[in-house]
Amino acid sequence: MKKKFKLQDLDCANCAAKMEDGIKKIPGVHDASVSFMMQKMTIEADEDQFDEIMKQVVACCAKVEPDCKILL
Amino acid sequence: MTEKHKKMLLRILVTFALFMGLLAGEKSGRIIWLEEFPAGFLAYFVPYCLIGYDIIWKAARNIRHGQVFDENFLMMIATFGAFGVGEYSEALAVMLFYQVGELFQSYAVSRSRQSITEMMNICPEYANIEEDGQLVQVDPDDVEPGMVIVIKAGERIPLDGRVIEGESMIDTAALTGESVPRRASAGDEIISGCVNGSGTLKVKVTKAFEDSTVAKILELVENAGSKKARVENFITRFARYYTPVVTIGAAFLAVIPPLLFGGGWGEWIQRACIFLVISCPCALVISVPLGFFGGIGAASRIGVLVKGSNFLEAVAEMTTIVFDKTGTLTKGEFKVTQVLSGNMGEEEVLRLAALGEGYSNHPISNSIRAAYGKPVDVSLVTDVEEIPGHGVCAQIEGSRILVGNGKLMESQGISYDEYQSGGTVVYVARDKSFAGTIVISDTVKEGAQEAIRRMKQVGVRKCVMLTGDRQEAAQAVASELGLDEVHAELLPADKVNRVEELLERQQKNQRLAFVGDGINDAPVLTRADIGIAMGSMGSDAAIEAADVVLMDDDVRKIASVVQISRKTLRIVKQNIVFALGVKALVLLLGAFGMANMWEAVFADVGVSVIAILNAMRALKVE
Repeated sequence: MKKKFKLQDLDCANCAAKMEDGIKKIPGVHDASVSFMMQKMTIEADEDQFDEIMKQVVACCAKVEPDCKILL
Repeated sequence: MTEKHKKMLLRILVTFALFMGLLAGEKSGRIIWLEEFPAGFLAYFVPYCLIGYDIIWKAARNIRHGQVFDENFLMMIATFGAFGVGEYSEALAVMLFYQVGELFQSYAVSRSRQSITEMMNICPEYANIEEDGQLVQVDPDDVEPGMVIVIKAGERIPLDGRVIEGESMIDTAALTGESVPRRASAGDEIISGCVNGSGTLKVKVTKAFEDSTVAKILELVENAGSKKARVENFITRFARYYTPVVTIGAAFLAVIPPLLFGGGWGEWIQRACIFLVISCPCALVISVPLGFFGGIGAASRIGVLVKGSNFLEAVAEMTTIVFDKTGTLTKGEFKVTQVLSGNMGEEEVLRLAALGEGYSNHPISNSIRAAYGKPVDVSLVTDVEEIPGHGVCAQIEGSRILVGNGKLMESQGISYDEYQSGGTVVYVARDKSFAGTIVISDTVKEGAQEAIRRMKQVGVRKCVMLTGDRQEAAQAVASELGLDEVHAELLPADKVNRVEELLERQQKNQRLAFVGDGINDAPVLTRADIGIAMGSMGSDAAIEAADVVLMDDDVRKIASVVQISRKTLRIVKQNIVFALGVKALVLLLGAFGMANMWEAVFADVGVSVIAILNAMRALKVE
């Protein structure tokens, strides 16, 4: 399943790249992209554990860039 | 400027005033204690906190999260280092300058974001529906196919549909880049995203919002960023190693030389701090994708959708372009120009052909039915068998009728009078004997010749045409347009093989594009390095399969996209060379003690700002 999220206060391009890297490493995530320009995140992951994965995604983003909020 | 930017600007101005005051005091010698430890340190540390508190706060928080190679952390270490070796004014100045750069950078990014979103501002906000005689605005998402919407003058068309009432001129500029308005009246199909000009239209919706043209375009453009070009992937990988390597270099620089040669710890720590300031790869990480984004934006402005940075990169390396003839180089509007009779009247030849092709939607069949002019009673036709690349076989009024090309006649062992000059030819046979010939001509598209000429100008070496038509017809079109290679009389499956052959003949850094209108083309579009589809004539499947979509089917725009892509790549390469060059130079100078903190901060944020400004040039259309 593929889902898109808006990101708020994503201020640093390098952080976006780090987030993307981190999210891709979460088990169950097939693909992820964080667009610094569009302030958007696309995640493709197993549907049955999507909610579980999203929790890890939020934690991962908070670790890299605490100011950035994911608008769920 | 946002609130955030204004607040930052205020902090910068206040700190700058304080800094100037302190500096004047120190340099004029009036306040002698400014270079001494607790007093001088405190005098500089207070404005330092004012300008840099957020950096220190973020740095502290990120260390807790294990993000050691974080920009904020590195800035903090670098400036603390300067404080530690007694360079109070420099520590403050570096932080101040860094924040100025960051503000510039953030402002430039938000400006470019703005201009990109403005450009893609084709998304309709509402649709008008009539309820109890009154117009109500609803979300386009809630409108279902079959409902009737009202579009007033000046409004954006929210959903694809067919006009049932009213007449107006429609401005398609947002989708095609063409500012010539198109007329729309009852019965015409209109597409979402365009602007309704002068009159009110009542439109019956044919597609739900998520399937409408505008939703598809937005999705394509938004997803374009996720298909990364090779240069982008290189930069991402590079960035991953760059920061740790430079930081470790800084650590060595601070410790090893003083241990080996003794003395001056302060001097070496200062040099190490210069390394830390330069260690963020932000200039590259922002400006490279921004450049591609701008290039894709510029292309969409002229009505060409590029589905990813990787395709933009490929277009720049395109050396061979393969056209499917019908619908791309020619209009695909066929007309019967001649009917030659064999053993029966011309009218009868046409009637049999029209019946035989009665079920087909192929443009050639349509033209035969149009030439026949009377309604076709398909109930007379049974056992229709379509033979791809040959024609049709059917049972009509008790006879076996064949309608197709020369190959069909040969395969059925029928002798026929071969028609020699140009055009598409359809032979008709009844019960194994030749009945007559229908000659159909297709007209070359306006601009096709110019398109080929411009393609050659921008450096495309080989223009090839593939067609299912006869050799003579194909040759006539090819020499009119100035094509280099023609492959005629191909079956749909042959097209894939021909493209594969051409792909094999290519060298490593060359790319092949295939342009098609989408009828039977999807496999070839996928196989080519770059699949280019016609947007308004093409099928949804072709648009899905293609990498580049020409919204208004104008082949001339391919050359423009090549130019845009080359410019984009040039800008991206300039940025990479410039950013890496400046960073490498300052690192080198810093290691030998010939660069100071100021230059280091310039190499970090200054370079970022310049690279962003340069990347924004990609968005401009000449």
